[in-house]
Amino acid sequence: MADQVPLSMTVNGRTRRGMGEPRLTLADFLREQALCTGVHLGCEHGVCGSCTVLMDGEAVRSCLLFAVQAEGADITTVEGLAPDDETLHPVQEAFRDCHGLQCGFCTPGFVVSVAAFLEANPDPSDDEIRHGIAGNLCRCTGYQGIVAATRQAAAVLKGEGQ
Amino acid sequence: MVSLLAEHGDDAKPLAGGQSLVPLLAMRLTRFEHIVDLNRVDELFGVTADNGGVRIAAMTRQAAVETDATVAHRVPLLHLATPHIGHFQIRNRGTIGGSVAHADPASEYPAVMLALDGTAEIASASGTREVPAAEFFESTFMTAVAPDELLVALRFSAWDQPAGFAFDEIARRSGDFALAGAAVGIGTDAAGRINRAAVGMLGVGPIPLRASSVEAALIGLAAADADPHEIGRLAADDMDPIGDVHASADYRRRAGSTLVGRILASALAQLTQEAGNG
Repeated sequence: MADQVPLSMTVNGRTRRGMGEPRLTLADFLREQALCTGVHLGCEHGVCGSCTVLMDGEAVRSCLLFAVQAEGADITTVEGLAPDDETLHPVQEAFRDCHGLQCGFCTPGFVVSVAAFLEANPDPSDDEIRHGIAGNLCRCTGYQGIVAATRQAAAVLKGEGQ
Repeated sequence: MVSLLAEHGDDAKPLAGGQSLVPLLAMRLTRFEHIVDLNRVDELFGVTADNGGVRIAAMTRQAAVETDATVAHRVPLLHLATPHIGHFQIRNRGTIGGSVAHADPASEYPAVMLALDGTAEIASASGTREVPAAEFFESTFMTAVAPDELLVALRFSAWDQPAGFAFDEIARRSGDFALAGAAVGIGTDAAGRINRAAVGMLGVGPIPLRASSVEAALIGLAAADADPHEIGRLAADDMDPIGDVHASADYRRRAGSTLVGRILASALAQLTQEAGNG
């Protein structure tokens, strides 16, 4: 058992400090100490994508990072995507509109991944969308609603309206 | 860094992008007393033009390799192979050095490194040495890097001749481990005769393998006359696949050699297109 070390990072715009063993994953820190329970843990070994967060703007698997590695980093979880408590992010809005979720377990990871994907590829083809969401697993929807939601979010983010 | 590795030897493991090592730790398939995190070592990051080729520092993220203009221009095969690695979330963290040092036989960069005769720059407390790709991959997950050593960079030379490059793999889903794949470079003289052939294969043996029979069959042919599908079949003899739950050894051999043929066709098409334009 290793000694506890201090941890400090920005999570959704606020500085979060905590303590943990060096082996504490970023995902566990975010859930248990920063109380961002939107970070879901499905497989805990980098396959399912449910724990996806943005680290300094890039989508990463938070179960494959140790919290100490995020020292000083700027983390955005699904809770931090929307501008305020009353508004949904366009990707969240699109998931609701297009039935991009059923049980909702995988949804936070999908929403964060799709937001990052559309940032890099604002005008994707359907084929590119399918590759773009391949890093996240959904056991309910069959993905059709998620593809449709990604398409709608792309249009909204480009300013083409609903 | 290397002094930490020297001090702890087998008890320490360098952590690169963590996209393979951390899952292994999470599943308790391996454990180390000490993890040496390389993610804040600035000199282990970056691509530099080097002697007509490139030197890619080991911690350069796969996402950075994917978009680097020098890499795309001088080592097109690396550029073509990178999108096949995992998913974009994985490539944001995964590194070229981590991929190569992990030496999974199904991974992309080792096959490219082998095909292109890349070299590994390996550092230890007693200095730096260079190891060619052909001597780097010893067995599955085992490389020439000793426990007290660190892979610090990879070097690739550019091809200074008319050339075509192609990469592809067979996987059940986008981002899955490849059942079989190959990296191909074909170069010609000014008259369009093939004088250089590089074929590296992944997923069809305990380590990345070269398709030597395919390379030998290509040399001396006019690029315009080569029958890629006929020649690709020879790759079956260069493979040493094992069967598992994902695909039988026989399937990997047959699908893999058909795939080699298709990749050869794509590389040859670039050459004949280039010749037509010139």
